[in-house]
Order: sequence, then C-alpha cells, then structure tokens
Amino acid sequence: MEERDLICIVCPRGCHLHVDKDLNVTGNFCPRGAVYGKQEVTNPTRVVTSTVRIEGANLAMCPVKTKDPIPKGKIFEVMSSINSVKIVAPVHIGDVIIKDVAGTGVDVVSTRDMEKI
Amino acid sequence: MLTKDLVIIGGGSAGLAAAIGAYDNGVRDILVIEKGPFLGGILNQCIHNGFGLTEFKEELTGPEFASRFIKQAEERGIECLLNSVVTNVTCDKVVTFVNKGGTTKIKAKAIVMAAGCYERSPGAISLPGDRPSGVINAGQAQLYLNEHGLMCGKRVFILGSGDIGLIMARRLTLEGAKVLGVAELCAWSNGLNRNMVQCLDDYNIPLYLSHTVTNVIGKSRLEKIVISKVDENNVPIEGTEKEFEVDTLILSVGLIPNNILMVKAGAEIARNNGCLVNDKLETSIPGIYSCGNVLHVHDLVDNVVEEAREAGKNAAKYILGNNEINLSSINTKAGEGIGYVVPARIVIGDDEKDATLKFRVRKPSKDVYILFEQNGKVLKKMFKPAIIPSEMEITKLSKELLVKGDELVIRMVKKEAK
Repeated sequence: MEERDLICIVCPRGCHLHVDKDLNVTGNFCPRGAVYGKQEVTNPTRVVTSTVRIEGANLAMCPVKTKDPIPKGKIFEVMSSINSVKIVAPVHIGDVIIKDVAGTGVDVVSTRDMEKI
Repeated sequence: MLTKDLVIIGGGSAGLAAAIGAYDNGVRDILVIEKGPFLGGILNQCIHNGFGLTEFKEELTGPEFASRFIKQAEERGIECLLNSVVTNVTCDKVVTFVNKGGTTKIKAKAIVMAAGCYERSPGAISLPGDRPSGVINAGQAQLYLNEHGLMCGKRVFILGSGDIGLIMARRLTLEGAKVLGVAELCAWSNGLNRNMVQCLDDYNIPLYLSHTVTNVIGKSRLEKIVISKVDENNVPIEGTEKEFEVDTLILSVGLIPNNILMVKAGAEIARNNGCLVNDKLETSIPGIYSCGNVLHVHDLVDNVVEEAREAGKNAAKYILGNNEINLSSINTKAGEGIGYVVPARIVIGDDEKDATLKFRVRKPSKDVYILFEQNGKVLKKMFKPAIIPSEMEITKLSKELLVKGDELVIRMVKKEAK
C-alpha cells in the first residue's frame, strides 16, 4: 500500500490525515478519522443522498439516503436504481425505499416525513 | 391588538431552536411565524448528509436534522404559523404579518429575528455579458432539483467555491449533468475541506482558483461562458481566457443576511447587513434579538441552533424581567487579519461568566496566534496551526478579564512575531 495524504471527510473539521504503508493513520483529531483513513485507502465508501419521485405528497420529491456507506465504485449504479423507483405518500424517516440497493447489502431509506394530502 | 410574549420571525433551524430555548427558560406564550409551507427552512432542500455531528453526535441529512427540531417544538406545543410573511417590525415591537387571513398586527414583549439569508445575485457581483436563461443561483437550483425534481441544465459551470456550489456540483453530476468546472476568485477555496474532497475530487471536477467569469454569452438560453485568471487585485489577466460551452451557469457567490425588517425598524446594522448585537444576541433595540444566518452566515447548522437557543434563553430572561438593566458594555473590533467579530458589544457586570466570541480570519494562514487585547494588554492568546476563512472560529472569553471603557481587539499575528 502506498503512503497517502488525505483530508478526512467524516466531519466538517476536515483533518489532514497521513496514512503510511502499514495503514497507520496520523493527523486525525478523533478515532473516527483513523477508521476513515484506513478505509479510504483500502475500500473507499460514501453515503449517497438523493431523491425519489413521490405521489400524493405536497412535493414532487422525497429525499433518501443509503443507510450506510456504499463502495465508491457503486455510486452511479446506486443512483440509477434510486432514479427508477416511484413511491406513494405517506412515508416516514427511516422507511426502507429500496432493499439491498445494487447488491451492496445496504438499504435506501427515506430522510423526510411526507404525509398524504 | 393581539399580544404575545415572544414572536419569532422565521421557522427554520434558528427560529425553532430559539423557540425551544425560550420555552425551556420559562416562556409559554410563543409564536413562530414562517413564510414557507414547511418548518425547517433551508435544511429541507439540503438533502446531503453531514449535519448534526455536534448537536446529536451522529451524521444526519438536512431534512432529518430539521425533523428533530420540528419534533422538539411540537413536544413543547409551540405555536407555529406557516405561509405567513412578516412585512414590518417596529422598535416598540409590533410585528405585522400577511397570510391568507389578511394582515395581522401583534404586540410582542420580545422578538427573535431568525429570518436566515438570501443569495447574492448576478447583478450584485456585476456579472458581465448577456442575461439569458440558464444563469441561476445555487440554492435556487438546489430547491428546484431536490424538492420539485427539476434539473436546471445538462452542461454546467459553477462560479464560486462556497459549500452550496460544491454540493451542487456533486448533486448535478449524480443526476447525470456534466459539470465542467468550478471557478473561484480567491486563491483558496471557500468551502469546507471535506466538500472539496467528496464533491469535486470524487468526480474529477476541476477547480480553477484565482479565476472568474469574464463573459456570459447566449441569446435566449446560455450558450457559452468565458473564464479568466485574475491577478492579486482580482483584475482579469488578458490572454488567460478559457471558453466553456455550457447551458447553465450556477452562482455560489455568497449569502447576505435577510435583515431588511431590522433595517426598517431602525436597528444598528453591521457591515455584513446583520444587526449589531451584544453578547446576549440583543440588537440595539432592547428586547429584539437576532440569531442564525440573519445575524451572520454560519457554515454549520449545529452552530446556528446553539446560538439560537442562547438568543431564545436571553429573550426569556428579558420577558420574565430577569434582565439586569443599565449595565455598561464594551465594543469589540476585528483587528489585523480578522474579517469580522460577533458580538459587536460585550455587556460588563452581568451574571454571565463568559462571552462567546465568533470570528473569521481574512485569509488562510498557518502557525498564527489569535490575540484578544484590551488597551494593548493580551487577555487571551490562542495558537492555531492552520486557520481558514471558511471555518468560523468560536471561543469563550472570561468576562472577569474585561475592564470598562476600552474596546476589545481581536487580531492575528504570525508565530515568529510574538
């Protein structure tokens, strides 16, 4: 593994991390930075947030997210899956919109309460 | 005339947190007035994650963060009026608002201004060239896309590297648009580091630092933009032009406190268009408080709600008659290297032990001291290995150190100089 300098994206603090050949992380303010640094050089992942079409609510779109981070290389596959679904109100925060999206083992869930009108 | 103990103008994160802060400090007769159809304000369109790490110790999206504050307000039975626009506030605390029911006036014992901010327009930055359709503010494009499902364009260029611009670069890319680049007038990015990484680097979107848009070309729809490198005085350098064929130019060029009501009410106004407040977040009109983005633009909603709860708490003290009166105050001043300081005044001799000071530096700097001085005497000294304008600094200063009369100056010095 090559040495890498990263900016931590776990929180808005944005620590400058250094990950050495043996996956030791320095420059992190909190333990989550060390986990991120190791993860980012081995298997980078991201939470994807987007929207799905919703019928019967007072807006056209319902915001959603992947419940956990998914592999970075799968982002566009996840997006096309998200863009192929249409849901009906009501939905609530945490409701599963897509189970096991794009074979990642991660669910896409609603991030807004949207009542039926 | 109707009366209320406390009227809060704005039902976004600041307004809700102020209402909660006031309720938890004994006020019950509260009315929150929100112009839009939902509570939660701008958070509802900020569908990305990263909110709430300080407040809830977990990473939430904007709508999730908003819903927690809406629930907290509901649990307390706080009255909120939607679709109601405040049109006037007077210095004797009469609030006028308009909704379907007509025009209503309310006399309040105290008011919290929490009306947020608005986006700087193409005209305000003297954007050159044509004005075809396809030139749009980042927040507006975000609202269209995230709440209404409408894409602003297919080939996009973004002017300004503020967080909304970066977030929209990623969002539009995910929805299938081609984002050709982001231009930033400054020699540094104005967004959070993490957004540079996860919004631009992840999608190989180039960032042109020290560049600005020097021409906008298009008859009915935008066809082309030209960007140029700028010199240290931000003047475009001839011969450095680059053309991009795009149908959309997104502007993310700054936010301005939406503070016109307080200007009209006759409050003292700061250079950023927010109110001049003391460390109780009280404006120059006694009993009117200001917090959140209408006071100064924050990078993190976690900081907004903390500030707003404090404003609500102080409004409660005022309403319940627990405010010390006739206390003197000292002024604060942004000295060398500092862009601005909130609050503008610190009350001396009240029962608060510390004053919370918020400020931004003018330029990214390394190995510096931030000095807090009164009459040349250093009261507090902070070492910063790295400090940037896009991250607001928050610190507490013990009020016992302050003496009457002299202004408190905050300035930045290089480590060697000290």
